[in-house]
Amino acid sequence: MNIHEYQAKALFRKYQIPVPNGDVAFSPEEAASVAKTLETPICVVKAQIHAGGRGKAGGVLLARTREEVIPLAKEILGKILVTPQTGPEGKEVKKLLIEEGADIQNELYLSLVADRGSGSVVVIASTEGGMEIEEVAEATPEKIIRLSIDPAFGFQAYEGRSIAFKMGLPKEVIGQFVKLLGNLYRLFIEKGAMQIEINPLIITGDNRLIALDAKVGFDDSALFKNPDVSKLRDLDEEDVLETRAAEFGLNYIKLDGKIGCMVNGAGLAMSTMDVIKLAGSEPANFLDVGGGASKETVKQAFQILLDDPNVKGVLVNIFGGIVRCERIAGGIIDAAKEVSLNVPLVVRLEGTNATEAKTLLADSDIELIVADTLWDGAQKIVAQVS
Amino acid sequence: MSILVNKNTRVLVQGITGKEGSYHASACKEYGTQVMAGVTPGKGGSDFEGIPVFNTVEAAVIETAADVALIFVPPPFAADAIMESAEAAVPLIICITEGIPVMDMMRVKRFLAEKPVRLIGPNCPGIITPGECKIGIMPGFIHKKGNVGVVSRSGTLTYEAVLQLTERGIGQSTCIGIGGDPVNGTNFIDVLEMFEKDGETEAIVMIGEIGGDAEEAAAVFIQKNVSKPVVAFIAGMTAPPGRRMGHAGAIISGGKGTAADKMAALESAGVTVVKNPALIGEAIEKCFAK
Repeated sequence: MNIHEYQAKALFRKYQIPVPNGDVAFSPEEAASVAKTLETPICVVKAQIHAGGRGKAGGVLLARTREEVIPLAKEILGKILVTPQTGPEGKEVKKLLIEEGADIQNELYLSLVADRGSGSVVVIASTEGGMEIEEVAEATPEKIIRLSIDPAFGFQAYEGRSIAFKMGLPKEVIGQFVKLLGNLYRLFIEKGAMQIEINPLIITGDNRLIALDAKVGFDDSALFKNPDVSKLRDLDEEDVLETRAAEFGLNYIKLDGKIGCMVNGAGLAMSTMDVIKLAGSEPANFLDVGGGASKETVKQAFQILLDDPNVKGVLVNIFGGIVRCERIAGGIIDAAKEVSLNVPLVVRLEGTNATEAKTLLADSDIELIVADTLWDGAQKIVAQVS
Repeated sequence: MSILVNKNTRVLVQGITGKEGSYHASACKEYGTQVMAGVTPGKGGSDFEGIPVFNTVEAAVIETAADVALIFVPPPFAADAIMESAEAAVPLIICITEGIPVMDMMRVKRFLAEKPVRLIGPNCPGIITPGECKIGIMPGFIHKKGNVGVVSRSGTLTYEAVLQLTERGIGQSTCIGIGGDPVNGTNFIDVLEMFEKDGETEAIVMIGEIGGDAEEAAAVFIQKNVSKPVVAFIAGMTAPPGRRMGHAGAIISGGKGTAADKMAALESAGVTVVKNPALIGEAIEKCFAK
C-alpha cells in the first residue's frame, strides 16, 4: 500500500525526521491559509498523487509570494497529470501539499528497502540526489552505497557513520545523518514498510539535513499490526473495481484487454493471462478467487469482471484441488443466472470430480462452452471474441 | 529414493485443531503420511482423530520423534510457530501460511541461519513424494510415483504441470512448492542441488514467476552444476510492472524481475523454456524420448 507525500511527511515528523513546514490543502482557499502559516514567502505547491515524476509533468510549482499560491493551486487542482508512472490516462489531482521553499545547497539520495535476496533491510544512499536512482545505478554505479542491516540487531550508529563518510558529507551534517537514518529504520520496522525513499534529501545553506520529498510503501501483510497505517489508504488512488474485489477477498487487478479471466491461485491466474496472449488476445484482468472458491465468491467475481466495459468474453479456469469441481460448477451455473451474463463464457474445470462437473455444466441451460485443457480454453474464448 | 521426505517421515502439525490444519492433517494421513502429533497451545493432552495433541513442539518431538513440522498457524502467529520448531531442532519445517509480514520473515530467516534446520515456504503448497507421503495441501490423486522432480513458486500452477505429467504416464520423484513470498526459506538452487544428487530423479520441472532474481540465480547454478534435463516455465509474461500479482513476491519493480529476463537467463543456461504452460508435460516427454 502506498501513501501520499503529505502523509509520509507527517509520519516523518513523528519520528523526528526533519521535513519542510507545510500542510495538505483540498482547495485554493485552503492552500492560501496554509501558506499564511509558513515562515518563508516562497512556497512550493505540490500535487498529491500516488505516482512519481510529478515535477516534470507540471505538478510541482514554485510560488514567489504567498499571494501567488492561489492561482497556482487553481492551476494544478483538477488537472490530469500524466507521468511515466500513471500510464497514458493520467491521474486527477485532488489535493495539494503547500510547503516552505528550501535553501538547497546539495541534493542527496537515501532509501531503505526490504531486500528479498538478503532477507534484510538494505540502505541505499548516493550523493546524486534529485535523479532517478535507476539512472544513477546505470551511469555511475560507484556513486551508490548499499548496506544491509542485520535484522537481529537493527541499525547501529557506526553503520550510519560509515555511509556518511563514504558519501563525503560535511562534518556538520554527519551526526544529523546518523540520527536521521536511525529514526528512518525505526519507522520502517515499527510501521511495517516495504520501502522508504527520500529523493532528494537536501543539505541547506546553513548545513541542515531536510527530507524534501518522502515516498513510503507498506507491506500489505503487515497492515494488521498498524491500524493507523491502514487509515492512510486513499481510495481515490485505487481502481474502484479493485477495491470492491478486495472487500470480497478477491485478488483482482484491472488490465486493458478484452478477455476477463477468473482463476484460483496466483501462479495459475498469471499463466492464464499469458495463455490468452499466446492465443492471440489480451487479458482484461488478473483475478485470483483463492483456494476456497464458493458460489458467493464466484458470483461476485463474475459481477466485477462484467462491470468492466472492455470485457467481451470470460474464461474461467479452476484447478480444483481441495475444492471439488462439481461444487464450483454449481456455483458458476447459479452465478451466471443471477448476473445475467451477456458475453461468451468458456469454462475449464480440472481436478477433483472434474468429469461430474463437466456433465453438470453441459446439462445446464446456461450458454457456455466447456474446455478440456488450459490451452483449449484460451483458444476457444479468443475464437469467440474475435 | 526421493528428496527430503519419504515413507519413514514422521510429521507433526502445528495448528492441527484449526479449520485448515484439521482438514489437511486428515487428508495427509489418508494419503498414507505418518502424522504423529499435533501442536495447539492449551490443548495438550487431547487428541485429534487419534493423533495426540501437545502444548509445545518440544514436547511433541520428545514424545513422538517427529522430524517434519507442517504449519497452518494464522499469519500473526506463524513466525513464532516456525521459530518454535527451529528451536526444537525439527530438521524440516514446512509453512503453508500465506500473508506473513515480510519483516517477520526477515527475523525468522536470521533466526534459522544459525540452526541445523530447513524451512520450506511460507505461502506454499508443501511437499509430496508420490506413493510415500504428502505433507501439504496439494491434491494427492493427481500425482504418480516416478522420476521427474518438480519445484515451483506456485500452488495450482504446479498441480497443472503435475497433471500434464501424470496424464502422459510420467511420474514424479518429489514435488516441492517453495512459495510465493519475497523472503522464504528454501530457494530453487537448494532444491535443484538435491534433485541433481537424487538417484531417482531423471529430469526436473522448474516453475518460476515474475519478481526477484531467484530464477536468474538458478540459471547460473544450472549451467555449472545440473546435468539432468530441466524444463522451465515462468508465469507473468503479461503482468504489468509495479503491481503485486497475488503472491507477495510476484512484482516487477524498477524494471527488474520480468518474465522475459528470467526466460532468457534460463535459456542461455541450456534449460528448455516453454512459453506456454500447457506444454510443460510435452516438453518433459521429449526429454525422455531423446
